[in-house]
Amino acid sequence: MQALASNPGTLSNDEIRRYSRHIIMPEVGIEGQRLLKSSSILLIGTGGLGSPLALYLAAAGVGRIGLVDYDVVDESNLQRQIIHGQSTLGTSKLESAAARIRDINPFTQIDTYNEPVTSANALRLMEPYDVIIDGTDNFPTRYLVNDACVKLGKPNVYGSIFRFEGQLSVFYATEGPCYRCMFPEPPPPGLVPSCAEGGVLGILPGTIGTLQATEGIKLLLGIGEPMIGRMLLYDALEMTFTTIRVRRDTACPVCSIPPEQVELIDYEQFCGMPAHDRSTFGQENGHLEAEHAVEEISATALKERLDNGDDLIVLDVRNPIEWEIAALDDTLRIPKPQIEAAMNDVLAGVRSREETVLAQIPEDREIVLHCRTGIRSADSIAFLKRLGYKNKLLILDGGIHAWSREIDPSLPIY
Amino acid sequence: MVTIRIPSPLRAYTGEQAVVEVDGTTIGAALEDLTARYPELRQHLYEGQQLRNFVNVFLGEEDIRFLDGLDTGLDAGDSLRIIPSIAGGRPECESAPSLRQE
Repeated sequence: MQALASNPGTLSNDEIRRYSRHIIMPEVGIEGQRLLKSSSILLIGTGGLGSPLALYLAAAGVGRIGLVDYDVVDESNLQRQIIHGQSTLGTSKLESAAARIRDINPFTQIDTYNEPVTSANALRLMEPYDVIIDGTDNFPTRYLVNDACVKLGKPNVYGSIFRFEGQLSVFYATEGPCYRCMFPEPPPPGLVPSCAEGGVLGILPGTIGTLQATEGIKLLLGIGEPMIGRMLLYDALEMTFTTIRVRRDTACPVCSIPPEQVELIDYEQFCGMPAHDRSTFGQENGHLEAEHAVEEISATALKERLDNGDDLIVLDVRNPIEWEIAALDDTLRIPKPQIEAAMNDVLAGVRSREETVLAQIPEDREIVLHCRTGIRSADSIAFLKRLGYKNKLLILDGGIHAWSREIDPSLPIY
Repeated sequence: MVTIRIPSPLRAYTGEQAVVEVDGTTIGAALEDLTARYPELRQHLYEGQQLRNFVNVFLGEEDIRFLDGLDTGLDAGDSLRIIPSIAGGRPECESAPSLRQE
């Protein structure tokens, strides 16, 4: 493959000293280091994957790094987002990352874009860069980044992580398959792993992010064998790396047509889920709204009613591991997946209601369901309604987090 | 006997088993055996009798779509692998609260 960078600039003596461990390798040399200096990479997201990406690409001497993010640094980020730190809590991730990059390499130019990537701005954001690296965390943005890269003829260094597993590939439609050749469509929202099954080993984005950075550098320099047409599967628990083949789909709706005909679509609609937490998707979406239109009770109101001795049951639908972190007193506890499995069995006629956990959930008393923030409890109400529950079912608005904030600060937020 | 490697997102439905041994002389039969052992897995893999579009099954390093799909023959000791579509660290519930800001 040819190097993607072009018009190499010159290196000062300071820069030669800084990059000497690169320059003495024949695969890079002065020429390669000058190529890196004249090259540019856009990082979408400065989170778990974006952190090691930005740190290493800046240190390696990539001349211009674009950062796209709109979030602020939160304590729960620091378990894995190592470009940020205690001293930048509450500040914008862009400012936090830019300050760190400047400290690592003052020769790197940093462009910051304080906005979510959308179909409206994607082409404008990506066009000025040689390589796009996808460090996002949701399906709508992944499909958007793919389609925009196909349209612009740019390589998309893909990395994705979940719990202890990671994936790495280079989707580059002018040379091989695109993301959609491998994943034609996203899983429907109901089959996307929920927070109960979520989580990620803090080191995992470090592993995958540094591999993405490696692929980015290789593409810029035109050295080695890029991960085009291949996907690396990493399993941290087994410590295995497996490579599988990714083939171009000759009927791919995006990369099999002329790039100029690729149209960016509404990716939230396509995936049936919001791309980011400032999205308004779903608020005007009848189906999702109907699924989630449930009656709510505030933590304060629930506390009052419990203190009054009202006849109601509080049902905690979180997983047992979460009960150990924080829990309300005197609750009925049945994890949402058990309710869902019971519903499936009852609706399929495999088991009767009495043979499942549903036997514990009364049909004639008022029930307040709660989870961590309110999503799983809303889903659980939908399940119960499908089963014909007619009693009053409410969710604790904001879940146990709201209870912690309003009633009992001794319960940790997690 | 063939093995099927189950990705993390689906292990909740296999009793947290990462590798399941099943019987079958075709990929279709092996997956039928898998879902017979773990019925809750079925809705995640199939839509009716068809594999869901986002479910990627690999025999060795090959996507079965480029072999004979579910009719692909299996030899004893073959390894199948289900490749999940994963988006990243943001689970559904982290982004979904915006759905309910009505």
